[in-house]
Amino acid sequence: MNIIVCIKQVPDTTEVRINPETNTLVREGVASIINPFDLYALEEGVRLREARGGKVTVISMGPPQVEAALRETIALGADEAVLLCDRAFAGADTWATSYTLARAISRLEHFDLVICGKQAIDGDTAQVGPGIATLLDIPQAACVRKIIEISGEAIRLERMVEEGYEVLEGRLPMLITVVKDINQPRLPSLKGKLKAKKAEIPVWGADALEADPERLGLKGSATQVVRIFSPPARGGGELFTGEAAEAAAGLIAALRKAGVVSAGPGSSS
Amino acid sequence: MDYFLTEEQQMIKDLARQVAEERLKPVRAEADEKAEFSWEVVKALREADLFGLYLPEEYGGLGGGVFELCLAVEELSRVCGGLSLSLAATALATFPILLFGTDEQKKKYLPAIATGEHLAAFALTEPEAGSDAGSTRTTAVADGEDFVINGRKCFITNGGVADVCTVIAMTDRSKGSRGASAFIVEKGMPGFSVGKDEDKMGIRASSTTELIFEDCRVPRANLLSREGMGFIVAMKTLDQSRPGVASQALGIAQGALEAAVEYARTRRQFGKPIASFQGLQWILADMATQVEAARALTYAVARMIDAGGKNISRPSAMTKLFASDMAVRVTTDAVQVLGGYGYMKEYPVEKMMRDAKITQIYEGTNQIQRDVIAAQLIKESASRRDK
Amino acid sequence: MSLLIYAHKCVGCGKCLKACPFGALAMVNRLAVVDPDACTLCGACIETCPVGALALPERGTGEDDLSGYRGVWVVAEQKKGVIQGVTFELLGAGRELAVARGADLSAVLIGHSVAAAAGVLIERGADRVYLVDDPALGVYLDEPYSRIVARLIREYRPEIVLTGATAIGRALIPRVAVEVGTGLTADCTGLSIAPDTGLLLQTRPAFGGNIMATIICERHRPQMATVRHKVMKESSPEPGRRGETVKIALREGETESRTRVLEVVEDLTSTVNIAEADIIVSGGRGMKGPENFALLQELADILGGAVGASRSAVDAGWIPYSHQVGQTGKTVQPKVYFACGISGAIQHLVGMQSADTIVAVNKDPDAPIFSVADYGIVGDLFQVVPELIRQLKP
Repeated sequence: MNIIVCIKQVPDTTEVRINPETNTLVREGVASIINPFDLYALEEGVRLREARGGKVTVISMGPPQVEAALRETIALGADEAVLLCDRAFAGADTWATSYTLARAISRLEHFDLVICGKQAIDGDTAQVGPGIATLLDIPQAACVRKIIEISGEAIRLERMVEEGYEVLEGRLPMLITVVKDINQPRLPSLKGKLKAKKAEIPVWGADALEADPERLGLKGSATQVVRIFSPPARGGGELFTGEAAEAAAGLIAALRKAGVVSAGPGSSS
Repeated sequence: MDYFLTEEQQMIKDLARQVAEERLKPVRAEADEKAEFSWEVVKALREADLFGLYLPEEYGGLGGGVFELCLAVEELSRVCGGLSLSLAATALATFPILLFGTDEQKKKYLPAIATGEHLAAFALTEPEAGSDAGSTRTTAVADGEDFVINGRKCFITNGGVADVCTVIAMTDRSKGSRGASAFIVEKGMPGFSVGKDEDKMGIRASSTTELIFEDCRVPRANLLSREGMGFIVAMKTLDQSRPGVASQALGIAQGALEAAVEYARTRRQFGKPIASFQGLQWILADMATQVEAARALTYAVARMIDAGGKNISRPSAMTKLFASDMAVRVTTDAVQVLGGYGYMKEYPVEKMMRDAKITQIYEGTNQIQRDVIAAQLIKESASRRDK
Repeated sequence: MSLLIYAHKCVGCGKCLKACPFGALAMVNRLAVVDPDACTLCGACIETCPVGALALPERGTGEDDLSGYRGVWVVAEQKKGVIQGVTFELLGAGRELAVARGADLSAVLIGHSVAAAAGVLIERGADRVYLVDDPALGVYLDEPYSRIVARLIREYRPEIVLTGATAIGRALIPRVAVEVGTGLTADCTGLSIAPDTGLLLQTRPAFGGNIMATIICERHRPQMATVRHKVMKESSPEPGRRGETVKIALREGETESRTRVLEVVEDLTSTVNIAEADIIVSGGRGMKGPENFALLQELADILGGAVGASRSAVDAGWIPYSHQVGQTGKTVQPKVYFACGISGAIQHLVGMQSADTIVAVNKDPDAPIFSVADYGIVGDLFQVVPELIRQLKP
């Protein structure tokens, strides 16, 4: 199977803080990581290749330092990686990003499956996966939590919905976005790391993609940010201390008084 | 301190740390409490390619040496001294094959050990033969194309989970210390079974069992080296493996040191962090110095072994002796620094203290190590005098 | 492509440096310079320059005449003919936008045997319902639904299109936006019309909720946005309200689909769907292990609520992802949210800080959760929670 995995390098948003005085993001010392959902996507791709043979190619759009993330994916089992890097790609919103990735995918050899993570933890839009599928004109399934079976061109999978999950049947080539329930990503292996060190990672710019310059980067974006501000603060409240029994009693009394929890034993919530 | 690791060594250290933080840390407390061996951790170590670190590339290993093994064992032990043993004790048991095996034996056994598919255990200790290895009672009697092994080994690390055991048994009692031989025994060979599972003070996440040999038939092809070489095999093996025990002790102590410093920094008494009190600062400084000294010694000895150094017995004994005594002191100090909280299972240091103790005892008690060191010192002095 | 700085205009006042959330600007010899790798072209600095020395590189051009687009649309979500709550919330928000634009509020309803649901939409505030009813559309499928919505947009040219950020919405609307060729902003927490430009101002959290961003779609139509459930206020039902239902005829091939739903499995173990629950008892890293969530389940059962979890607990494998509350999980707006052993990282807060009442139990007095909690207990949750259970038990 020829599998393509799209990844994004993101700041570790668990580490990003706002400086309350200057209202700016404090990004020093914030590590860049592979978007966590994309690790699950890569793991699924590598597992499929291990079971069925074929190749896993990882692509990513970003600045030159994204090369390190792509090497990491090779240490995690990917066969090859390609970096899409060009000043022309900068400032892209999800539409321009989907366009760029879709052009790159269509220039790779025939693929059976494109796997993306559900969303990136910096943008959080979950839009790029479906955007790519639409541009490539292939079917999609979002929030996949399990691939049940692949036989020939038919694929059967489970996709998460609010009330549980759907069992969906689709036809390859197809694009899926995955959620964390799908697998547990492996740690890199030493052999993988050594392979990654030696790997050649080609860089494709706008010319290599033969892309329409009007669809790339800032030019190709329909949305733009006009304002950035700190989220409104919510103040702290009442603390109960002391022994567990005492503190619990105090809390329950306060909750009952505020009408948050029903009053007294014997009554229903 | 910077030890000028090569890029590959740094990669090994970083990866072992990542595995330790992401896969060992979440399960170490439960594994210790329930005294459960973790196959999940073995799987994580396998996936990271850590089992083959010290094995030659031709047998599927990474081609590193004792030093690379030590780096990994140290990082894993920093998080859990018990969970690291699936790797460390397998290495101990594999050295006999690595050092004394024929090409056929290596081809047969090393590849599966290199991938971690097979774990290994080294079986020397017996109820009546601990430090006094000469009192080994397990016998191996030649019978046609086989040897028949009878006896009991006890306190064998990885005993309950090993696929391959390297066993020391007496082939000729009359020859005393030259009468033992080393054998490779596979799980499933008739007459070989696992006995009692020990309930231990520390390293509870490791498997420590009896091994029982009742007319266990082992083909001649499984004899390592020659008949009579058994104790040499054992001694040479232990020379190579002692830095590994030292690394385990070192890792445990490092984990305890970090926990103590962090606690001292955040715990406030008398209106200040306790790290601001000189008394505590001195304790932490002494702990850190001891750990670094043990590390420098261990790394130097490991590198010496890998460089093909001669006369490694004494430095090897010294590193095990020093690192293990250090670890017991440092972990005890760490519990003291954490005070009441240090005594509680909720905090990791009491486990580190319990885990550290075994490093003074197994793979040759520290008293035996002192015997080895003193004997070498005296021999060397005597040979100098005679010049 | 990076920020344009007109050196001849720059006076070196440094106001732009403070405005940049990414620290991309610096003063060198009293002249502003930009780090092209750090600059994300967000434009936050442009307005702060008193002399107009900053500009973004030329943006692409969209359509020349945008005036032909009118109306606010809500793409309704129905399951088995029942309109989902998020749609009523969008009708509520949509009505305000429609009033500001002096336009109509319409709903798009796709399904099978859903004519009655059209009436419900009108009762809830839609002036018009575009009804697409066909046996092939009974169950949501990506390709037919997105094809049809895109076609309707091209035909009727709404100015604004709103959709719920649900499992369906998030799979459907990005496809529509790309097919139509316009911008889409996901997970908006605020929607309003700019008084000067008439543009839709779309506000949403970014960087894991650490900052809020306001976004516009200036040169493309429609302006599209998704909103999460429980963020906006529902519109109230007006029984007897009148409106128009436009029955849409399907065109050839519009219902073709390369995927097929074989079955929908309701996961009874992991529902109560936490997004619907009024009371949520959540556990984080402090829970120490999967078996301890039984304790939270017990408390939740007594209170009649659901169990949630932080990302740490889900990533550790202690509880399935469907329980995850937070930036990469579900957004919840319950009446009461109990956070047990949860430190309160911003990524979690983003998912629950709209709860009416937040109660925190944590042994770390400095845990950030206490700065947003209305009530808190600093203590060992393994002692406190059993006490709460004991004292609350009927």
